[in-house]
Amino acid sequence: MSFERSLRCRECAREFPLAAAFFCEFCFGPLEVAYDYDAIAASISRESIAAGPATLWRYADLLPGDPEYRVDLGAGFTPLLRADNLAAALGLDRLWIKNDTVNPTWSFKDRVVAVAIAKAREFGYTGIACASTGNLANSVAAHGARAGMETIVFIPHDLEEGKVVGSGIYDPTLVMVEGSYDDVNRLCTEVAQSKPWAFVNINVRPYYAEGSRTLGFEVAEQLGWRTPDHCVVPMASGSLFTKIWKGFNELHEVGLIDEPRTRMSGAQAAGCSPIATAFEEGTLNFRPQKPDTIARSIAIGNPADGYYALKTLEETNGVAAMATDAEIVEGMKLLAETEGIFAETAGGTTIACLKHMVERGQIAPGEETVAFITGGGLKTTEALQGGLASPLHVPARGDAFIEAYEARLAPAATTAGGA
Amino acid sequence: MAVNVRIPAPLRTLTGDQELVSADGATLADVVEQLEASYPGMRERLCEDDGELRRFVNVFVNGEDVRFLSGLASELSEGDEVSIVPAVAGG
Repeated sequence: MSFERSLRCRECAREFPLAAAFFCEFCFGPLEVAYDYDAIAASISRESIAAGPATLWRYADLLPGDPEYRVDLGAGFTPLLRADNLAAALGLDRLWIKNDTVNPTWSFKDRVVAVAIAKAREFGYTGIACASTGNLANSVAAHGARAGMETIVFIPHDLEEGKVVGSGIYDPTLVMVEGSYDDVNRLCTEVAQSKPWAFVNINVRPYYAEGSRTLGFEVAEQLGWRTPDHCVVPMASGSLFTKIWKGFNELHEVGLIDEPRTRMSGAQAAGCSPIATAFEEGTLNFRPQKPDTIARSIAIGNPADGYYALKTLEETNGVAAMATDAEIVEGMKLLAETEGIFAETAGGTTIACLKHMVERGQIAPGEETVAFITGGGLKTTEALQGGLASPLHVPARGDAFIEAYEARLAPAATTAGGA
Repeated sequence: MAVNVRIPAPLRTLTGDQELVSADGATLADVVEQLEASYPGMRERLCEDDGELRRFVNVFVNGEDVRFLSGLASELSEGDEVSIVPAVAGG
C-alpha cells in the first residue's frame, strides 16, 4: 500500500501525475512526492513500524511506490551509537553517531537507490543508471545486479580506486567521464532524454530523494520517538540535509512524535563549499564552484538542492561550516581513534565541521547532537596516504619485537637518542 | 550578434516544436527579449516577475553556466550557442 498521491513543484506548487519526471513543466522547479498524510496517520503506528523488518522498509507506509517491487539488499536501520569518547574530545555532553557506513555498499546511497529502483521497476524500466561521485554508482551497480537490470553508471574519470572497484565488481557499464561531477551530471541529463533508462538521480529523482528521509525516521525512532537538539549532516547536493529535516516533520505530521525543534547544521569541504559560502554571505543564492577537494563524494559545485538547504539552515537556526583537506583527514582519524568508526572523507568533513561549530559556540555543550556519517572509509584510503602512524616492521623474533615496541612507547626518548 | 538558442522540450510548445532557434543580441537579456517577441510567453517561463532568471532555469553559453559569467548581462559573440536547461538534478 502506498500513500503517494502526486508530484508537486517545490517552487510553484503545480501538481503532476506520478511519473518518471523531475522538473515542473512550467517554471522548471524540482518536483517532490506529495502524500496523503491523513491516510498514513490512520495506517501507521510506533508498533506497526517496530514490527517491520530491520531495514528501511519498516517505513514503507511513508515511502513512495509499491514495496512489492523492492530490490532488497538490506539497506537502512543502521546503528545510532552513543559517542562519549568523541563527545569528551569535542566538549559536548551528549553526542550520537548515525553510522551509515554499514549499509550494503557502505554508504547512505543504498537508501535512495532502494526506493528509486523499486519505483523504476514499478514504472516498467529494465535499465537503471546514475550520475555519481562514486558512492551512488556503487549502490546502483549492486542493486542493478541483484535486480538483473541493465546497469549504466557514470562517474568522474579521476575518482578514488575504491569507488571505481566498488562499482566495477558488479559488472555494470561503468562510464568514466572526463570532467567534474557537474559535467557528469549534465551529460547524464542529456543521455536521459534519449535512452530508456531510469536515471535514479535524474528522471526518477523525486522518488530517489525520498529515501533519505529514512535517516530522519530512524534517528527519531532510535532515540525513543523524539528528535535531537542538533543534527550535523554533510552537504553535497543538499538533498540529504533537507530530507532528514522533512522526515522529522513528517513523523510529527502523522502523529508519531512531538513537533521537531532540531537545529539542522551542514558540513562542506572548503574546496567545494557553495552552500556554506552562501550561508556565510547571508544569501539564499549560492554561486556554483569548481570543486577541488579530497572529499570527492560531496564535491558538487552546482548543488541541485543548495537553495533548499540554505532555507532549511535559516528555518531551523542551523549553521554551515567548511573544513580544509587537512582538517578532513584529522576528522577521519579523530572519529576512528575515539569511536572505532572508519568513515570516508565526507565523514571526516562532518566531524571537522562539528568540531568547528562547537569551538565557535554555535553548538552549546548541552545540545544533544547527532552527527551523520554517511560513507565507509575503505573507499577513500588515498586521503590517508602518509597520514597514519607507520606500522612496526620487525623480523619474526621476540627480542626484535620487544625492542621495536618499547621504542614506539617512548618515541620522544628515541628521537632524542637518535639526534 | 546572431546566436543559436537550444530550446528544451517543455518550451517547444512556444517555438512550434523547434529545438534550435536563432536570436540576435549583445547580451543574454537581449536574447530573452527577442525570444519573447518571437515566441510570446517565453519571458514568463524563463524569468521571475522582477526580470531575473528563474531560480531553476539554467542557461549555458557555449557550455558555461551563465552564473559563472554575468547572468543576464553576459555578453554574447557571433555564433555562440545558448542552451536553456531545466532544473539541475543529481546529487
